[in-house]
Amino acid sequence: MSETTLSGIVGGIAGRMPKFLRRADPAVVTAFACIVLLLFLGSLYSRSFLSPEYLLQQLKVASFLGVIATGMMLVILLGQIDLSVPWAVAAGAMMACAAAAYGPAGVALAIPFGVLCGVAIGIVNGIGVAYLRIPSMIITLATNAVAQGLMVVYTGGFSPQDSATAAMRYLATGFTIPGVPNAVIIWALIGAAMVFVLTRSSFGRAVYGIGNRERAAYLSGIDTRRIVLIAFAVSGGLSAFGGVLLAGYASKAAQSMGDAYLLPSIAAVVLGGTSILGGRGSYLGTVAGVILITLLQSILSVMQMPEAGRQIIYGVVIVAMLLLYGRAPASR
Amino acid sequence: MRDWRYWLAEQRGTLLAFGIFIVMFAIYSANHPAGFTANVVQTAANKGVLLAFVAMAQTLVVLTAGIDLSVGMIFTLTNCMASWLVIGTGLETAFGVLAVLGTGLICGAVNGAIVIYGRLQPIVATIATGAVFFGLALLLRPVPGGSVNEDLADFLTGRFFGVVPASLVALLVVVLVVWVPFSRSEFGRAAYAAGSSETAAYMSGVPIRRGKFLAYTLAGLLAAIGGLFLTFFTYTGEAAYASGNAYTLFSIAAVVLGGVSLFGGKGSAIGAIFGALAFRTIGDLLFVFDFDPLWQPLFQGVILLIAVSLGAFALFRVRNRLEWFL
Repeated sequence: MSETTLSGIVGGIAGRMPKFLRRADPAVVTAFACIVLLLFLGSLYSRSFLSPEYLLQQLKVASFLGVIATGMMLVILLGQIDLSVPWAVAAGAMMACAAAAYGPAGVALAIPFGVLCGVAIGIVNGIGVAYLRIPSMIITLATNAVAQGLMVVYTGGFSPQDSATAAMRYLATGFTIPGVPNAVIIWALIGAAMVFVLTRSSFGRAVYGIGNRERAAYLSGIDTRRIVLIAFAVSGGLSAFGGVLLAGYASKAAQSMGDAYLLPSIAAVVLGGTSILGGRGSYLGTVAGVILITLLQSILSVMQMPEAGRQIIYGVVIVAMLLLYGRAPASR
Repeated sequence: MRDWRYWLAEQRGTLLAFGIFIVMFAIYSANHPAGFTANVVQTAANKGVLLAFVAMAQTLVVLTAGIDLSVGMIFTLTNCMASWLVIGTGLETAFGVLAVLGTGLICGAVNGAIVIYGRLQPIVATIATGAVFFGLALLLRPVPGGSVNEDLADFLTGRFFGVVPASLVALLVVVLVVWVPFSRSEFGRAAYAAGSSETAAYMSGVPIRRGKFLAYTLAGLLAAIGGLFLTFFTYTGEAAYASGNAYTLFSIAAVVLGGVSLFGGKGSAIGAIFGALAFRTIGDLLFVFDFDPLWQPLFQGVILLIAVSLGAFALFRVRNRLEWFL
């Protein structure tokens, strides 16, 4: 089917929809439609799929990815990418657990210390991208390798001994409001803060501006380098915070715990309609992308799909969805 | 008369990589307990050649201003495949080799088709296809194992006439058969042109799409040759996620050390080969100086960080601040 007829059909459908739906980004609508489809398929497979307990459990698992994807979205909105997520996650988790071994003060400062380690990784990324003008893809791969090297030296090649603090476990698995896991509340708070920053603050405006055309943003008086630096620092910090939550969830840190979050975090942002070239996208889309990815993972594991099949389906789904609505314009 | 100056300017990155490699290898072999012997050279060559193939693959794509984050996974997939197929009688082995190389070509072509005809960003597209390739590798080898035709393996990892490492000869043959014809062909020039300015190349009627497609496809082939050699060295196939990722990462480091511009259009695969050999030698320097191997990942990461930061020196030449923003 050619693109013109496809968009014609979409337009025809859009004309009959209520106003708030007509204004919505087609990518976000598609992502939500896919979520409904996945839920439907899952409920055909197993009746317990639509039970509130299962759905809340999914939301809880999604919130770890959601926190990490929030940082990734900020960076992608700038037209950059953060490939240091795997070891920023692992470093945050491992450093927070390590700090807990140093007496009561260490326990109290475990979470901020872990997050600060992620911020440090992000600042190195930000300096490289904003001030040294190194392509973000390259510098973040390099800091990822350095963070990995540091963690390998720190642990001596073994899994770290220290386990997560009670506070970390409470954040990841506890319940402040009955029935709603704390992790979901945290994701909601971070998400709300992100929406506020992106839509109501000058920082958010600057992020969208830089993503569209950094040169124009610079000429209109924005200190683009500072904004890029802050965005990378926030992304590193949120990745590490995601790692802290994961460590609380599993009650310990592990070396390769972040590997499984790089592709999903990028995929969640991009499937949610945020342009990989930057400057366009909404947080609602990222939420949809995160839930979509988590549901897909969950259904594949419920169907007892082996790891190999999961990886294949995963890659194919992402490429297919991107081909549907993530294509760059043709060169003229 | 001034021709040699242009040649020098064009080859500066390659020559620099060659120089770094020579210096590093001199330090390495001078401090090696066994000294500069045929054995030391053979071992170093066998390790270096693996990365050199993957780095050549990465170069082809980077020249077009793209990036292939799936090379390491193609390398892993073809390794697993070779551990099933490259075995048995001469004819069966030959068929196996062809099948493995064909798989590499197909993987590369899939990447190329998605990036060029699907118009997706190479980073995201190749991360996703990398997941698929790794899944296929895991399907072939859920646990490490398999075997390979040991006569062929020993022949290609041994020495010719007792001195020349066979793997280096194989590398030279691949350069002559794949890289030289490609870089001198119309499509090779199109790949360079697309990397340096896609719009200008498009306007001048250069076949950029076919050039880029061929670059991605041949990158798959080169990564497959690397995977085949990995099987020859280890005699087994293993779907290791960390090792595949490490090769992708190191291939980028090798390309940068080899003087290939990450913005595309500048550099050559020869430079990347020396970049790869230099990177491997630097990584192994730790061993001859008796450091704890635990420090190796950190050491390699720091080298990578320094190598990519070197590109920032170009900033000193910027006169107009607007040139910051490409």
